[in-house]
Amino acid sequence: MKRFFDAELETFRSHLILMGETSFRQVRDAIKALVEANIALADRVIAADDEVDQLEIKIDDEAIRYMNLRSPIATELRFVIVGMKASHDLERVGDEASNIAKRAVKLAAEPPLKPYVDIPRMAAIALEMLRDALDCFLHLDADKAIAVIKRDSEVDAINRQLYRELTSFMIEKPETISRALELMFISKSIERIADHATNIAEEMVFLAQARDIRHTDELKKSEPI
Amino acid sequence: MPGREAARPAATALPPKIRVRGLDLFYGAKQALHAVALDIAEKKVTAFIGPSGCGKSTLLRCFNRMNDLVDGVRIRGEVLLGGQDIHAPNLDVIELRKRVGMVFQKSNPFPKSIYENVAYGLRVAGVSQKAALDGVVEKSLRGAALWDEVKDRLHESALGLSGGQQQRLCIARAVAVEPDVILMDEPCSALDPIATAKVEELIHELKKQFTIVIVTHNMQQAARCSDQTAFFYLGKLIEYAETRTIFMNPANAQTEAYVSGRFG
Repeated sequence: MKRFFDAELETFRSHLILMGETSFRQVRDAIKALVEANIALADRVIAADDEVDQLEIKIDDEAIRYMNLRSPIATELRFVIVGMKASHDLERVGDEASNIAKRAVKLAAEPPLKPYVDIPRMAAIALEMLRDALDCFLHLDADKAIAVIKRDSEVDAINRQLYRELTSFMIEKPETISRALELMFISKSIERIADHATNIAEEMVFLAQARDIRHTDELKKSEPI
Repeated sequence: MPGREAARPAATALPPKIRVRGLDLFYGAKQALHAVALDIAEKKVTAFIGPSGCGKSTLLRCFNRMNDLVDGVRIRGEVLLGGQDIHAPNLDVIELRKRVGMVFQKSNPFPKSIYENVAYGLRVAGVSQKAALDGVVEKSLRGAALWDEVKDRLHESALGLSGGQQQRLCIARAVAVEPDVILMDEPCSALDPIATAKVEELIHELKKQFTIVIVTHNMQQAARCSDQTAFFYLGKLIEYAETRTIFMNPANAQTEAYVSGRFG
């Protein structure tokens, strides 16, 4: 039976999808700006962060209103709670994209330390994770969400490898320190984006199956390197 | 003068349909309403909530002068419907009740056919042409989201309908005479959740056309259905605001305690 307030839930869902798409685009463009030393694109990413922030506010408002007035239960309750948490993660993804873009602007002024290989590769995995996590939201696909969670270790591994590599750069050539540090922070940002995608995926398992898999041994997310 | 200052939630587009000012009501020596002042917005749903005996139903029944039928009732103060004083000596009470329809807690269809229940008000008003009656019966039953369920048995007894259908029939009967205001006194308290949901859905549709005042003990119902909510306690209007405000951030501690289920 259709209810008059179903439309509110649809609006909430569409805002979440929009926020997911916007955050995804922000990360993709930030990486592109870095690799191509494209300052104009980086500036656009920095400016567009506000779009993501405003969506978080809107989604929170809609979720609170829905919980307050519509007494959601069961799947609907999980959907509203998970939507709110996912929007918080997406807002942080947007912040990381903005951080990467700011560092891309600084790095664009100097010659590249080395060809960008690992960072785009790492970012591609993080973006896939983010996209898949958001897909689970649309299709309530817990298996896909678990697959996302398992990929987090790939990103962690590249981050650690980059950390070691950049550390040796700094030891050998102190003049590379400032650039190497920027890249380390960018690598860390991408690693954080993958963590947020993982959080969203965990929430999606809760949405689909009402099962809380956070902080359990069920999934060994990351092997120590 | 106490009670003259009307409570009125902000941001109502149309002028108020009902204005209440300094309304006192006594059942014999017992005062049931104390200096109530509020405005009811047109084409909105206004919910009255509060514990039993708080005066919410009494106030509702003032709006079409149902309390006149109770012995020993004394009323002081003003109730204006569309600017007109409903206690004015020249006011025709029958006419008033046509403008202000009512739906009760327990559905009370007449022991007649479905068709005749809806046509009743029009027949009383002197309409007898079949085509005119047919049109209004269909429109009203559609308006009450009942048409599809009863169109093939319009001439069967209304008493054969389920409780939820009977209640929607009573709504169709109220709607048939095209009132300005529909008063609902706990319209879902005798219904199961599905029938309740249908009536709530209907309320949402009806407010496009009518001003609706609903008394309810069901807090979730008030939250779901209404635009504005008034909380009453011991015959006094304690707080009146947008429903969202009442359920999210009530100004009064008693309101908060009531909507949180801590008393009442």
